[in-house]
Amino acid sequence: MSPAAKPAAKPKLAIFGAASCGGCDIAIVNIHEHIVDVAAAFDIVLWPTIMDGKYSDIEAMADGEITITLVSGSMRTDETVHLAKLLRRKSQFMVSFGSCASEGCIPGLANLSSRKEILDTAFSTSSTDNPDGLRPVWECQVPEGVLRLPEFEPVLRTLDQVVEVDYTIPGCPPESNQIWAALEAVVKALNGTGPLPPKGSVLGAGESTVCDECARKRDVKKISQFVRIQQVAKFDPEICLLEQGLPCNGSATRSGCGALCPAVSAPCIGCYGAAEGVVDYGARLMSAFASVVEATQPEEIDRVLDGIADPVGQFYRFSLAGSLLRSGRAAWQKDGE
Amino acid sequence: MNGHVPAEGEIRIGVYICHCGSNIAGVVDVAEVASWAAENLKDQGVVIARDYKFMCSSPGQDLVTDDIRDLGLNRIVVAACSPHLHENTFRTATARAGLNPYLCELVSIREQDSWVHTDKAAATAKAKAILAGGVERVRRNEPLDPITVNINPATLVVGGGIAGIQATLEIADAGFHVYLVEKDASIGGHMAQFDKTFPTLDCAACILTPRMVSAGTHPNVTLMTWSEVTHVDGYVGNFTVTIRKKARYVDESVCNGCGVCQEKCPKKVIDEVYEAGLGYRKAIYTPFDQAVPRTPVIDRENCTYFEKGTCKACEKFCESNAIRFDQKDEILTVEVGNIILATGYDIFDARQIAQYGYGRLPNVFTSLEFERLSNSAGPTNGHIVLRDGVTEPKTVGVIHCVGSRDRNFNNYCSAICCMQSLKFSHLVKEHTGATVYDFYIDMRTAAKGYDEFYQRVMEEGTLFVRGKPAEVTEAGRLPGEEGKLIVQVEDTLAGRQRRIPVDMVVLSVGLQPRADAKELAQRFGISCSSDGWAIEKHPKLDPVATMTEGVFIAGCVSGPKDIPTSVAQGAAAAARVLGRIQMKQMNLEPIKATVHPEHCSGCRICNTMCPYNAISFDDVKGVSFINAAMCQGCGTCVAACPAGAISGTGFSDEQVLAQIEGLLRVGADGLPLKRAAYPVAQHEGNGHRPEAPIEEAVRA
Repeated sequence: MSPAAKPAAKPKLAIFGAASCGGCDIAIVNIHEHIVDVAAAFDIVLWPTIMDGKYSDIEAMADGEITITLVSGSMRTDETVHLAKLLRRKSQFMVSFGSCASEGCIPGLANLSSRKEILDTAFSTSSTDNPDGLRPVWECQVPEGVLRLPEFEPVLRTLDQVVEVDYTIPGCPPESNQIWAALEAVVKALNGTGPLPPKGSVLGAGESTVCDECARKRDVKKISQFVRIQQVAKFDPEICLLEQGLPCNGSATRSGCGALCPAVSAPCIGCYGAAEGVVDYGARLMSAFASVVEATQPEEIDRVLDGIADPVGQFYRFSLAGSLLRSGRAAWQKDGE
Repeated sequence: MNGHVPAEGEIRIGVYICHCGSNIAGVVDVAEVASWAAENLKDQGVVIARDYKFMCSSPGQDLVTDDIRDLGLNRIVVAACSPHLHENTFRTATARAGLNPYLCELVSIREQDSWVHTDKAAATAKAKAILAGGVERVRRNEPLDPITVNINPATLVVGGGIAGIQATLEIADAGFHVYLVEKDASIGGHMAQFDKTFPTLDCAACILTPRMVSAGTHPNVTLMTWSEVTHVDGYVGNFTVTIRKKARYVDESVCNGCGVCQEKCPKKVIDEVYEAGLGYRKAIYTPFDQAVPRTPVIDRENCTYFEKGTCKACEKFCESNAIRFDQKDEILTVEVGNIILATGYDIFDARQIAQYGYGRLPNVFTSLEFERLSNSAGPTNGHIVLRDGVTEPKTVGVIHCVGSRDRNFNNYCSAICCMQSLKFSHLVKEHTGATVYDFYIDMRTAAKGYDEFYQRVMEEGTLFVRGKPAEVTEAGRLPGEEGKLIVQVEDTLAGRQRRIPVDMVVLSVGLQPRADAKELAQRFGISCSSDGWAIEKHPKLDPVATMTEGVFIAGCVSGPKDIPTSVAQGAAAAARVLGRIQMKQMNLEPIKATVHPEHCSGCRICNTMCPYNAISFDDVKGVSFINAAMCQGCGTCVAACPAGAISGTGFSDEQVLAQIEGLLRVGADGLPLKRAAYPVAQHEGNGHRPEAPIEEAVRA
């Protein structure tokens, strides 16, 4: 560490997981010995996954007292929304960390269903052992007082739909080397040895798409059939997966992961989100796939496109909640509640 | 106010709303739109908003130019008709006032608003929305400069029919070089097969062959018959064309066209092309006696030498030693500045209409067969006889609209068949004196001298039956029908079914696009309709140009036409090309797509998208790139690029999204739309979306 990074008061760091799987936290820990550098550079004030911390301590802080906050996870409950707003107020820099925070990710697919449908599925389907038909209540009176559960929001939102975000680190989860690169850049900026990335920047990722990092050979594309990975015994290890009919999302997905999936013949599913400047990932990708379908007759085109078994999963697996179409209102028309 | 100089970065927009007489003002309250814009779009930079009766008129344009000078405007939005019509008018006016023309936007409140609505309040609100979209867009417009390219004075003409020959001669006579490429062994096209031409009954050969000879001998013409264009590279002014010159097996440079080889060749072949299957040619042949060039070709599939390895009769008798059995196809490239496509048409295959019996009933003929029968140089020396080759018909039925104006086949009118049928009726009368029945749906004789010809044929005694025959059959069942072809028809004027026995039926078959029309269109980067006819740049105002700069069309490639129209189009296309050549240089619209290499991953999805073949892949850099001169700015690749790495000048995502935001500013009730009612695009560049008031919108 340079001497400049050891002032009496270290910059404060908060890491908060909203609705997420915890994978982002693991990815941070996965920076291995660099975690010591992080601890040396920052005073970690909140990281519920790793250490004890109280929301009340954050509330007690002055506005802007936290230098940088990483929020992973999406805005699913009123608790996460409250925390996001609280941390925003207390932080100088707010980082949308990972796919859930940035674009909704897998939890965002819940926006295809109403709150009632989600709760029905969780508590009343045949696979659930719930003979009394119990449902969570957000508030209940017990002899000791009022108990409160975080309330389920009507729609899942991304972090930047709730608060202003300064930087975004994409990925599900972000690759650890990229996390360290991003953190290192911030550390350097804070101790004056590097430039501060412009506000709104995407950190820890490339400017191009996954194809740029993919070693497979690419030719012009003409697709007369889409296949699912389980339908083909072996893919040519040298040739672009999309050219082999496997709907690989690499061409639309931001680079930065190192093209790990296509390297092992698994198609890119798009966890690094849209490329620089692209407003709606799914729309872009649909347009691209449609462009290379080799068919002229409507029935033929339908046949080819029917090869994409799960269109929402293919085009919006990670980005539904953050998409242009679904960012402003719920996917469903009426809530049963 | 005079000479107001805008502050650095200050955007000063002038907004002009056209009444278009009552076209717009009859439905849209234009004065209200103007005052609304002046009031409500101030924050967007609108400093003046005016309405005027005809913005495209000289005083209308002066409003724009004067305001640019007096008020220091640096952006213009004209709300009027479609940009197709007057974008250029207002951009030119803008440039006249010293402002870059691309800082002027035209938004359509006529085609997209007043012409399609009747509710005045809603149409006025829509005009405001469209205008607000245009204002948001123009704020993001950037000054653009046209791209200048040099024009190679040589021209490629594809197709040696009458339209192509006309175009070739016009350009060659003006002193510029023409490469005329024809896929057959001789130029002349369909016209060379005809006997007489309507309505004047000139002998087709008499008026065509001198032109063919001129084209064949002109010092400025390189004639390439038995050749096909295989590939086109480049862009207006600078095309590189690859031509495959098929092996003739005869050396053109030494052959003197004496014809002895054809005489001596022992192998007779049915001539399916020129003689429409009614006559013979040899295995070494010129399609017809007046062929240009005179050099014959060897039909490799039927030549005894190529089949069995012996014969060589042609070689033995050739005095100039011109036979070359070892000749190979040659691949040539030529550089040209402009291309004229005059590839013509195919005729409708009458076998498709089984009930007319063509191919099954011997004495049912197609129009092309009849042309050969009636031609004095044809297989019967001009005797109109039945399929047996001797019997003259006593009664003949001519059926119009075979394959045309028929939803089962081609929906369109083939334009020439009425006159062609009338010509046949006349020729039958003239040659044989037979009774002629002419079965028509509607008689279309609308050109100079055409209706007079119709009247003449009526006076000659041809019997006209208005009705589309249901069937031609040889199953006679009434007295007098035996051994005849019976035409079953509803006579719609008499109002009854008729069975008319005839000896011969002539099917006036329609015209259709060449079988390879779509590949041709792709090769030359032009568009064609779903039928396959080439699409004009404008069907009325620019009928010989295409959307691809430097590629012109003439004759039947864009739809059925008679000879006078084809000739006129050939000359018109030539005039357009000559204009280009005289200019030496031309400016291209700077509306182009550009690949940003730092964002391009080289996925190559765009590579096959470009209808103008403007995209190539750079193997070394691993990115795709666009040739700006070839790009026509259509935007197909911009939409296809999954990485958003291609942007269209003048149509950037930022501009389009801003325009949409502007459009969404006004609701159908004329009141501002709440932001919550639409998703907020993340295009401001700071990664920040305003908080969507979901609580209010959804929870309420």
